[in-house]
Amino acid sequence: MLKKKYLTAALFSALILSACGGGEAESNQEAGSSEGKTPIEITWRGTGEEDAVLKYLENFEKDFESENSDIDLVLTPIPGGEGDYNTRLALSMQSANTAPDVISEDTFILHSDAAANYLTNLDDYVGEWEEWDQFFENVKEGVTAADGSVYGIPTVTDTRGIWYNIEVFEEAGLPADWQPQSWDEILETAQIIKDSQPDVIPFSMNVAAVNGEATSMQGFQMLFYGTGDTLYDEEQQKWNVNSQGFVDALTFIDEFMNQRELGPSLSIALNNNYTPTVIQDMLPNNQVAMVLDGNWQVRNFLEGGVAEMENVEERIGFAPMPTQNGEEPGYVTMAGGWAWSIPENSQNKEEAWRVIQAMSDYESQLQRVNSEGSLTVRKDVAEDSSYLERPLIETPTKILENAHFRPKSDLYPNVSIEIQRAVEAVSSGSMTPEEAAEQYRQGVIDIVGEENTY
Amino acid sequence: MEAARESNKRILSDNIKTAIFLTPALIILLIFFLIPMGLTILFSFTNLALTGAQAQQIEFVGFDNFVRMFNDNQLYDSILKTLIFVVSSGVIGQISLGFLIAFLMKGKNAIFRRFIGICVITAWVIPEIVAAFTWVAFLADSGTLNVIATSLGNIRPIAFLFQYPMISVVVANIWRGTAFCMLAFQTALDDISKEVEEAAYMDGASRFQNIFYITIPMVKGTIATTLMLTTLSTLGVFTLIYTMTAGGPGNATMTLPVYMYQQAFVSYQLGYGTAISLVILILGAIFGFVYTKLLKVD
Repeated sequence: MLKKKYLTAALFSALILSACGGGEAESNQEAGSSEGKTPIEITWRGTGEEDAVLKYLENFEKDFESENSDIDLVLTPIPGGEGDYNTRLALSMQSANTAPDVISEDTFILHSDAAANYLTNLDDYVGEWEEWDQFFENVKEGVTAADGSVYGIPTVTDTRGIWYNIEVFEEAGLPADWQPQSWDEILETAQIIKDSQPDVIPFSMNVAAVNGEATSMQGFQMLFYGTGDTLYDEEQQKWNVNSQGFVDALTFIDEFMNQRELGPSLSIALNNNYTPTVIQDMLPNNQVAMVLDGNWQVRNFLEGGVAEMENVEERIGFAPMPTQNGEEPGYVTMAGGWAWSIPENSQNKEEAWRVIQAMSDYESQLQRVNSEGSLTVRKDVAEDSSYLERPLIETPTKILENAHFRPKSDLYPNVSIEIQRAVEAVSSGSMTPEEAAEQYRQGVIDIVGEENTY
Repeated sequence: MEAARESNKRILSDNIKTAIFLTPALIILLIFFLIPMGLTILFSFTNLALTGAQAQQIEFVGFDNFVRMFNDNQLYDSILKTLIFVVSSGVIGQISLGFLIAFLMKGKNAIFRRFIGICVITAWVIPEIVAAFTWVAFLADSGTLNVIATSLGNIRPIAFLFQYPMISVVVANIWRGTAFCMLAFQTALDDISKEVEEAAYMDGASRFQNIFYITIPMVKGTIATTLMLTTLSTLGVFTLIYTMTAGGPGNATMTLPVYMYQQAFVSYQLGYGTAISLVILILGAIFGFVYTKLLKVD
């Protein structure tokens, strides 16, 4: 009897111990298969089957590995929403065991990750790199952190505007070369569409907290920066928490979502599949008239895209987003972009740098921007005919000259979350614009401290 | 004398053996339970962050996180949402429905019992994430419920997850958790001997008197245990809510676990997130204390 008890206890202990020992499998599964080669793990935000970056990297991998026999590229996308990607990346960069070697950084979080010591300072690398001169000055600024050092090599940049369906517009008697002059004109246009085609969603933009930075940047800030206000005074390093523009931007959202019912239903708007649903499915199928989103969405309509169409310029238009009341320069856009960085905890920095150099050369950059539909960061690529002749590229490129950038502060990612909460609260009708602005004021004070606000 | 010494020796060696065999389990408890708990308390007094300058220089900030909590309206709102969720889905929903099903099944045909039992338990056996997706699909605009509803009359589909988010997650959680209560009550009810109930009927007790004065007092211990377990597990529900509504729309279903996750991993403020997790711990302790007092369980 007693013996049996001991046996059970021993078995139980052994079971627990063995259960604990199971977690040591190497994350880098390809490491063992290619002996003598240095594995370089490249991580970016995966977007599923139609992942343009994956397609581009698969091509790049073939070319690069045939020329560099000592390096084995390991492609490790992190699938998930914008917020999940940044969180998982930050967690993996904390340890040398899990840190990738090359990562795709959204430039808004680059300042935070640099301040957290997650990223390798690239000053010495770019100092000896001739091609660095080929990059536009303003995108170089985007990858320079508060300490004046470079922490990433830019790959793509972008602008935002209103995508509109020309067939729906013509059905409503609106011009094909539509260009609104103010927010009111957007609402008026939306009303005309609603009256003529009740089944079409007149206007749509990112409003869900779950869609993270897209809601903050493609959505809210495209309105907010059109009021003339700014989120952050970079000279005084203070955050603006008492802005009338903030309330006005939220009021516009309240108007089209709730008061006039010119937007999508909440099951579409608050879904984490919002962007694919609206851009890839509803816009090409004449179910939505206007969508405020990034210029890179054009890739969906081009050859090989999800919603490939012939003569795209006859069916889809891209209009710059107007300022609130038509203030100069008449339109507003935010610009962001992505960069390749090397985590501080990477074990193979020299090889990682070689990979980034190869990804940043003329040919590779050209392939990337053309497959992704984004804007280039290199002067020579910007003059390439295959880039210039891409449909719907003229306007997005032109508005880049007056583009606004997100605050350069390592606390911006946290403040951005507060913006997303305020936007969702208003769009779902659970708060008035004034209440949401007050919640934002409180939230930002909690994050940055009252002395750093105005 | 000799025999007593011999038996003392045996007890001693038994104790040593017990200690040896328990040590691995104790060490594991220490490593995977007590140390993380201690760290949680420790981190709740810091400004630990996932990115930004604070991620590099972790500092003790004293009671800053707790002072901030006192002024955080969202936290109060989350506590309220958590209480609504726990009381309606756990205490009221799962316990009473579980009891009702168990009571109605008592003494019924074995095949009938088995069939109902399997139906209810299926909801409990499937993983939480699958259950959550099932409900998302069930309640979607073109989901089963809306298809049935729209086929009955010319009504527009209802966006349940956005118009009635709290009710949706409460119903889903009741659906999922009832099986556990039912199983617990079934065992307890089966233990009540028929004689007691028959004696009560003989004395002229009505059916309801029988339930309230005989059945319920006799399973009081089980009710207390089930109540405690259900409350604590409902308090920690994250996957179901996060998958169905992610705490939204707005803050409509932002219970404490979801809010904690938001602060720690979405807003990158791990320090504040851990401080919120202590609130969940305290809330659980209060519930436990109240139950033990109210039900006077030994």
